[in-house]
Amino acid sequence: MSTGKKVRVAFFDFTGCEGCQLAKISMENELLGILQHVDIVNFREAMTEASWDFDVAFIEGSISSTSCVERIHKIRRLAKYVVALGSCSSIAGINAIRTGQDFDDVRKEVYGEYRYNFASLPALPVDQVVKVDAYIYGCPPNPKDVLKFLTQLLSGKTPEVVKYPVCVDCKLKENDCLMLRGIPCMGPVTRAGCGAWCPSNNQFCYGCRGLVPDANKNAMHEVLDKNRLSVQEILNKFKLYSAYYTEVKK
Amino acid sequence: MSLHDLHINVHHLTRVEGHGNIVVKVRDGKVETCHFEVVEAPRYFEAMLRGRSWYEAAIITSRICGICSIGHQMASIQATEAALCLEPSEQTIALRKLLIDAGTISSHILHVVFLAAPDALGVPSAFALIDKNFHAVEIALKSKRMANDLCDYLGGRMIHPITCVPGGFTKLPEVSELKKFKERIQKELIPILFEFADIVYSVKDNFPAFTRETEFIALKNKKEYALYNGDIASTDGGVLPKDKYLEVTNEKIVPHSTAKHCSHKRSSYMVGALARLNNNYSQLSKTAKQVAERFGLKPVNCNPYMNNIAQLVEAVHCAETAMARIDEICAKGICPEEPPRELRTRGGRGVGATEVPRGVLFHDYTYDSTGRITKANCIIPTNENFANIDDDMKKLVPEMIEQNLAEDKMKLHLEMLVRAYDPCISCSVHMTRLD
Repeated sequence: MSTGKKVRVAFFDFTGCEGCQLAKISMENELLGILQHVDIVNFREAMTEASWDFDVAFIEGSISSTSCVERIHKIRRLAKYVVALGSCSSIAGINAIRTGQDFDDVRKEVYGEYRYNFASLPALPVDQVVKVDAYIYGCPPNPKDVLKFLTQLLSGKTPEVVKYPVCVDCKLKENDCLMLRGIPCMGPVTRAGCGAWCPSNNQFCYGCRGLVPDANKNAMHEVLDKNRLSVQEILNKFKLYSAYYTEVKK
Repeated sequence: MSLHDLHINVHHLTRVEGHGNIVVKVRDGKVETCHFEVVEAPRYFEAMLRGRSWYEAAIITSRICGICSIGHQMASIQATEAALCLEPSEQTIALRKLLIDAGTISSHILHVVFLAAPDALGVPSAFALIDKNFHAVEIALKSKRMANDLCDYLGGRMIHPITCVPGGFTKLPEVSELKKFKERIQKELIPILFEFADIVYSVKDNFPAFTRETEFIALKNKKEYALYNGDIASTDGGVLPKDKYLEVTNEKIVPHSTAKHCSHKRSSYMVGALARLNNNYSQLSKTAKQVAERFGLKPVNCNPYMNNIAQLVEAVHCAETAMARIDEICAKGICPEEPPRELRTRGGRGVGATEVPRGVLFHDYTYDSTGRITKANCIIPTNENFANIDDDMKKLVPEMIEQNLAEDKMKLHLEMLVRAYDPCISCSVHMTRLD
């Protein structure tokens, strides 16, 4: 990105909880400072005026309907740089839990005989539909991570990609290992960058940033098995956020 | 009525959470179509919960909505605890209530200042306010930060909190830190909320003076202004235990919306800050009542636009109760407790009901003997409000035609109406199970 004039930024929401956008409005201390460097030109959740002339598009949410598919193509055509923001957008996240379940059955459970009234697809990460230039992982993304990303992007650097597991973040924080306390934790196979947010609060990592590249899934299965988890519970742990990658892209 | 043709179509209404369209068609003065369409893609949460363990339910349902994540966790945890006979300690309940107070303040400030106020102030967004009234934006951000800091501290983070789990908290706060929060609320937050009240008061005439009698439903608790839990009360009379929520909500599918509609004694009912205030006004804090009186807000108030004011009143109420709660928690001291990591259960069904910023929320889970969910149902406040929004629009549109309002003004009043409900559309299409 050039640094001369203000970068025009747009936010678009697809299928998700919109917590990622909220995370951004919740950076109260930094928000006014950020606005000195960027112009937010399209952000439906917060503003009525909207422009389709932008440099960077942040995408929140999964692609899960035909209208989503059309809208993401339009955004990709117009944007110089597309960023997948949050788990739904980058890895399909919670929305993908239903991947691998019988889709008709899922629809019947919720809408019964009206299930064909609403056009709906299995949820996809954005990069399965259009090219994505960068990713901000997390459910929700850590504001510090978002700020670091924005700083790198605005200063013309390529945003750094984290390729090590949450355990590294946890060790840096000098946390006691939850596994050693008998609490099954997905830290060893989950992409870091969150600062071991959950383990630092004595809560097991549930893998919201997706699997780290080359995760040793079999070893993880064994560890969870030793923790007396049933096969179904182990699969559920993997499928909470990474169902798309464990079910579709094995 | 004068002869009139009108076609209003607001596609993807802005400054609301989620995707919805306002559609109004009037031909020769006759209203042909008038409703709020929900076009958010369905999300199928009830199906996602099937087979999931008791310790995962709140993690998943929290993701129904970022803004209401604290409320979803509370309803979810209460449903799980009721189903599995897990009794939280008094300390746990006190801390949960404090978390709800902080979350409610944050959500109400976000809605009143960032999403609703721009209409009354005649600007397209809070960003545009930065040039016009920098001070207002600055104090809004500051006050929200304070409420969020308390959520961050108690919950590990404000959006999708980490520490609040069935049976307790994974990490407990410290008395010394809580006392600092009390001081910030007293010295900084409450004065800012009064300043907001002044700002909103100066533009109060920009909120339309529309009224429509309807039923207002909210939780009721003998001990306090109900937010965390209670029985189901109605301004049409009667109180029901939370387990009988299906007798109140009566969800049905309508063709123009991926979100279901609800009705109880009339064709529609309203939930949210105004409904709570209409049912439980006498339990508000003294200062909150003073703010309500200043705006002439007394029960039963039937102007849906006053929901914005009711949120402001509740923000003051929650700030005051949060201070009292902190005093109480600190006086008792924090007892080192740990939530259970494993459970033995015979399974069973449990209902959780919580007032989230947008109204009463129900979660209903059935567990098997391995502690996994076999059936789930979630009823979302925004769904409960949709039928009421449609009914309001059906009364409002002919009235606006009668008053010869310009089309852009009509459009603005319709948009403001929907925004006043603070709808959370992502929530509303989560979706609910059909029985």
